[in-house]
Amino acid sequence: MNDWAAISEIAEKVRSGELKAIDLVKKSLSKIEETKDYNAIISTVEERALSRAAEIDKDPKGKLAGVPFIAKDNFLTLGGKTTAASNILKPFEAPYQATAIEKLEAEGAICVAKANLDAFAHGSSTENSDFFTTKNPHDQTRVPGGSSGGSAASVILDIAPFALGTDTGGSIRLPAAFCGAVGYKPTYGLVSRSGVVAMASSTDVIGPLTRIVEDTALVLDVMSGKDELDSTTIDKDKDGYSNLQSELSGKKIGIVKEYFEEGLEPGVKKAMDDAMEKLRKAGATLEEISMPSLPLALAVYYIICPAEVSSNLARYDGQRYGFSDESAQDLNESYFLSRSKGFGAEAKRRIMIGAHVLSSGFYDAYYKKAQTVRTKIINEFEEAFAKYDLLLGPTCPGVAFKIGEKANDPLQMYLTDIMTVAANISGNPAISVPAGMSENLPVGLQLIAPHRADRELLNAAKGFEEL
Amino acid sequence: MSKLSRDDVLKLALLSRLKLTDDEIERFRVELSSILEYVEKLNSVDVSGLEPTYQVTGLKNVMRKDEPVDYGYETEGLLKNAPAVKDNQFKVKRVL
Repeated sequence: MNDWAAISEIAEKVRSGELKAIDLVKKSLSKIEETKDYNAIISTVEERALSRAAEIDKDPKGKLAGVPFIAKDNFLTLGGKTTAASNILKPFEAPYQATAIEKLEAEGAICVAKANLDAFAHGSSTENSDFFTTKNPHDQTRVPGGSSGGSAASVILDIAPFALGTDTGGSIRLPAAFCGAVGYKPTYGLVSRSGVVAMASSTDVIGPLTRIVEDTALVLDVMSGKDELDSTTIDKDKDGYSNLQSELSGKKIGIVKEYFEEGLEPGVKKAMDDAMEKLRKAGATLEEISMPSLPLALAVYYIICPAEVSSNLARYDGQRYGFSDESAQDLNESYFLSRSKGFGAEAKRRIMIGAHVLSSGFYDAYYKKAQTVRTKIINEFEEAFAKYDLLLGPTCPGVAFKIGEKANDPLQMYLTDIMTVAANISGNPAISVPAGMSENLPVGLQLIAPHRADRELLNAAKGFEEL
Repeated sequence: MSKLSRDDVLKLALLSRLKLTDDEIERFRVELSSILEYVEKLNSVDVSGLEPTYQVTGLKNVMRKDEPVDYGYETEGLLKNAPAVKDNQFKVKRVL
């Protein structure tokens, strides 16, 4: 069930005075209260949201006028805490906001609450949150996927029409697939990362989670583009990303053979077969393509990601912000105690793996080798996109798993990202769109496009959604 | 190569400024070894003739004008999260 109209429609009605921003914020807050059992939300930004809504109602304007949204709690926001679901940032109040949040607010959107995640976005299920695990809206005994699990669950629980997530190895697309939402990972650099808690800087991207592709496109349109606070940002498409045209006829789609091999659940395979049949009927050309290096992407990722994590998490030292252990006798002990008590097990694992692969004597064998295999993967994508407009596969080989099922085996948890991670390594845009159900749980179809072909990718995804 | 010893884990913990309990040392020794064993599948990949890729945007030397910009950050806001402050500065425990 969907309680919210399309975002453009809501904003139109707020601008015309037919809807009041304050009522939309209150509706969102009451949804949060009603769905508390799901643990999707860490905290609300109630006071600030209500006061912004009152301001907006005086003079409603903007593409997102009065539209409430949920931000993953690794986006710096004013009016409350930003924790990254970690104990070390539990007391942190951001002194400024993420560029993405600023851009959305400038168009009239209102951040209502902060969503749960795996602490520091390290995980695929929200079970690595230092606070609590979010439950899948379709089955409370299962995970919502991660790391943007609270964001995906928020959208499907009708808490707000859109939520923001971050995707470093699949963290938007995977929970979108597990919860039945649209999840978008833009081309690397399309959305500023300024003001978002850094994980692996060379693969981190920001994107929306929504019910429908059109909403994702509108939110992306507002958030994207160059930002002087993030020197890795690139220009947005000259046509922007709203006003999509459904495009499937004549599209050449490569079916990635390696994504249909061992481990694919039969229900997911069936959903993929159905989706491909629909695409063919809509006039797309589908052919199998082999990309033999893609299965290496996960190993590449689990070297590059921890390496960058170990560097990015070095700043949490208990001295300037965040948790600080008062019992320490001197500065050095304060570093050790603050970090040991403030970081959870997964952050510690990644910091130490990162320290290992970057350390003298191991650097060439691990880090440099991984970055070179990365080139091999990028080359395979380039070869594939010389022939095809899009690449297709499932977002995940299975549906949402049971809470606790993989929690005690970090490597099994990592393997959940096997099909999403390559697009992060290469920087290509990718989307997960709902593609039916398997045993009453949602299945996600993943489409990957060439660098900067975000608009074409969204057009195709909208076309698929309408089939 | 992948099998970590207890001493390896202690060295990594030191580099990472982490103090581990005995249980954690053993747990991480096993878990980190299994993760490293997995990523070592890259050892056998032929990458002759290829250069490493450290970033994917192709952007080079992104510059800005060398002029101060006021982003509106206030000292008070930047210090409010600090565990200890003295004279508008972060105060830390003794160093020696």
